[in-house]
Amino acid sequence: MDLNYTAEELAFQQEVRAFMEEKLPKRLADKVKHHKRLTKEDMVEWHAILNSAGYLTGHWPKAFGGLEWNAIERTIFDEEMTAANGPRQVPFGLNMLAPVLMAFGSPEQQQYYLPRIADGQDFWCQGYSEPGAGSDLASLKMTAQRDGDHYVLNGQKTWTTLGQYANKIFCLVRTNKEGKPQEGISFILVDMDTPGVEVRPIILLEGTHEVNEVWFTDVRVPVENLVGEENKGWTYAKYLLVHERSGIAGVGAAMAGLSYLREIAQDQQKDGKPLLEDPFFAARLSEIEIDLAAMRTTNLRITQADNDGAPPGPETSMLKVKGTVLRQSINDLTRRALGPYAMPFVSEALDAGYNEEPIGPDYANPIAGDYFNHRKTSIYGGSNEVQRNIISKMMMGL
Amino acid sequence: MLADMAGRFVREQYPIDTRHEHAAAELGFSRESWAEMAELGLIGALFREENGGFGGTGFDIALMFEEIGRGLVVEPFLANLLGGTALAHGSDSQKEIVEAVIGGETLLAFAHGEPTGRYDLAHVHTTAKPTADGYVLNGNKSVVISGDSADFLVVSALIEGDQPNEEDVTLFLVPADQDGVHRRGYPTIDGYRAAEIALKDVVVPADAMIGAKGQGLSIVHDVVARGTLAVCAEALGAIDAAIDLTLEYLKTRKQFGVPIGKFQALQHRMADMMTEREQIRSGVINAAGHLDATAGERDWHISALKNLVGRSGRMIAEESIQMHGGIGMTWEYAVGHYAKRIVMIDHLFGDVDYHLERIIKLGKAA
Ligand SMILES: Cc1cc2nc3c(=O)[nH]c(=O)nc-3n(C[C@H](O)[C@H](O)[C@H](O)COP(=O)(O)OP(=O)(O)OC[C@H]3O[C@@H](n4cnc5c(N)ncnc54)[C@H](O)[C@@H]3O)c2cc1C
Repeated sequence: MDLNYTAEELAFQQEVRAFMEEKLPKRLADKVKHHKRLTKEDMVEWHAILNSAGYLTGHWPKAFGGLEWNAIERTIFDEEMTAANGPRQVPFGLNMLAPVLMAFGSPEQQQYYLPRIADGQDFWCQGYSEPGAGSDLASLKMTAQRDGDHYVLNGQKTWTTLGQYANKIFCLVRTNKEGKPQEGISFILVDMDTPGVEVRPIILLEGTHEVNEVWFTDVRVPVENLVGEENKGWTYAKYLLVHERSGIAGVGAAMAGLSYLREIAQDQQKDGKPLLEDPFFAARLSEIEIDLAAMRTTNLRITQADNDGAPPGPETSMLKVKGTVLRQSINDLTRRALGPYAMPFVSEALDAGYNEEPIGPDYANPIAGDYFNHRKTSIYGGSNEVQRNIISKMMMGL
Repeated sequence: MLADMAGRFVREQYPIDTRHEHAAAELGFSRESWAEMAELGLIGALFREENGGFGGTGFDIALMFEEIGRGLVVEPFLANLLGGTALAHGSDSQKEIVEAVIGGETLLAFAHGEPTGRYDLAHVHTTAKPTADGYVLNGNKSVVISGDSADFLVVSALIEGDQPNEEDVTLFLVPADQDGVHRRGYPTIDGYRAAEIALKDVVVPADAMIGAKGQGLSIVHDVVARGTLAVCAEALGAIDAAIDLTLEYLKTRKQFGVPIGKFQALQHRMADMMTEREQIRSGVINAAGHLDATAGERDWHISALKNLVGRSGRMIAEESIQMHGGIGMTWEYAVGHYAKRIVMIDHLFGDVDYHLERIIKLGKAA
């Protein structure tokens, strides 16, 4: 394969780089770089900036207002944006719901919802998981019962990321209890301010609020909010899982994390010299660099196959497993780089407007919390065990 | 036995919610609980009889801290073990303070590490300038465990110069409310407390010196050896608890119609975790048994243990969360708190790499 970008690709890279330099607010880049908490307003602001250049929906087909980026262009965009410390896009509407609507939604749904995702009128969250249905998602229990021209929803979703900010949630619900569990699931769009929807926070182990429980009690949803056909929701959800390979490896995030780690290790002292020069530390850092260099090419190879129209396969699972483990190892080494200053943790200091002197180096406070928080990446989006099961089933022929 | 008593206390009176309440209090722990623990003799178990205690061997310390780890106890056992061990090298009146520590009345903290010193024990820049009748201390001490609540600080300083010099390190006992002692307390990510301490022209009398001039570093090595054993045993207790919770979860959580523990992919990893736990337990025994051996032997076993706990502890902590799925990521469920403590112990008294390097320098096991 050709490892070099084409002239057009290089030009695109320059374009994105210039955009980030000009349009990415320093305030946001600083927050991202220093692992501070982003507010809803920050996320909305950044989406609007990206949208002003068409970048927010760059990967969408032209028919839906996108730029029809191919996988290479998406990779370039992702690498440039993360290198500049641009906030990661909120994926739920943009990358999870939109492709489903494009493939299976009605023309009315497409015309109504897609522009609202692009211009930020809607903030979506994803209502798949339930307390009893995690890896075994098909066992989900939340029901939607037809009543005239409404569905009546009852049940509970959980782990709903950013549910506290969202005004809309797309849900997998049970519309048929007979037969195979997969065959009784429907995909439905719900307004979060419908009576009977209640959001309760779940606090993560390092003290942040990013996920929620969402409870549904007799929530009446118009039938036109059903996506596609009743009882076909599982197929739509699966479609998304196999087609969403771009970005899953998180190469851009890994590169940004690694360069931040180098910066920290240059500043940290060990025996009067930068930690970066310590052979023990350098060995660990180099191993990560070796993995990342290979990962970057693995990612390109797999996404290029996507461009060439090869059917998506279990390679996506490889990207998920290797990508998350790699980023977690960067978080781990960053924590270690701090020495004793990994311990202090002042939660308020992660919010904007905190003006007190930092404890120890100014980059130290969020690092350990981040390490713990990122343990989630090997759990959500199909746990790494589930991904390995997919690889085993589909590639080994055992 | 005292360790059994500690175990019972933790099981019966120290559920995780109580622990979180103590941690969230302004002090970062409960004074009442501390008094009760003192009453039960749990603090005394860490010190030898000659210092007013009823224990003080490696095994006494290890057994006690294993229980502390099982309960994620936030009361300041570690800081007082460190401070008390230092004072045990001191004058008779300083040893009397150890008795007050054992009684739960007086609190100590060990103010040794400095801002850019990382884990290097000889990295002391703080100075103690001799005056006619004492010393004047100046310098900065970093991440002093339980430093914000202590009544007295054990401070390391240089008398002759102001650049690190192993022969010049000397320890001093400083009342924490002395003029010129500025403390900034804060929480740690795993629920404990520490402080940054600035010493600005702090005047102490001549008899504030602990041990002899220039003897500081050898006392520090004794203190840190005991502290390292203690936190490794604490990690073992936390590992026990994390493994118990995970095993229970594998048996009760059902997905795909079966308990997730039926999946061999998880069984094998659980098997590895349990094996590593036994390795760590053996490491604790080795280190406890050599705590009062020659410095070389002691340090080899201490470093071997700390490296092992850093490596395998991290694996066990991460796997415990992973095998719980989403629930393992929550504040409300205990396993994440055990994981945090286990991992953050890597940042006390030297991490995996620090001890690997030290093992290499020390050479073969004595
Ligand atoms: C921070 C965070 C954010 C999330 N955001 C969202 C969101 O926005 N929307 C949403 O719908 N969901 C979200 N999730 C939920 C996530 O998708 C689930 O946590 C995930 O599917 C795992 O399910 P579970 O937590 O129930 O774990 P379980 O499925 O109970 O798994 C427990 C353990 O068993 C393992 N396991 C399960 N089955 C097998 C098997 N067959 N073989 C081997 N091992 C197995 C798992 O890998 C895991 O280690 C989020 C989760 C987290 C932690």
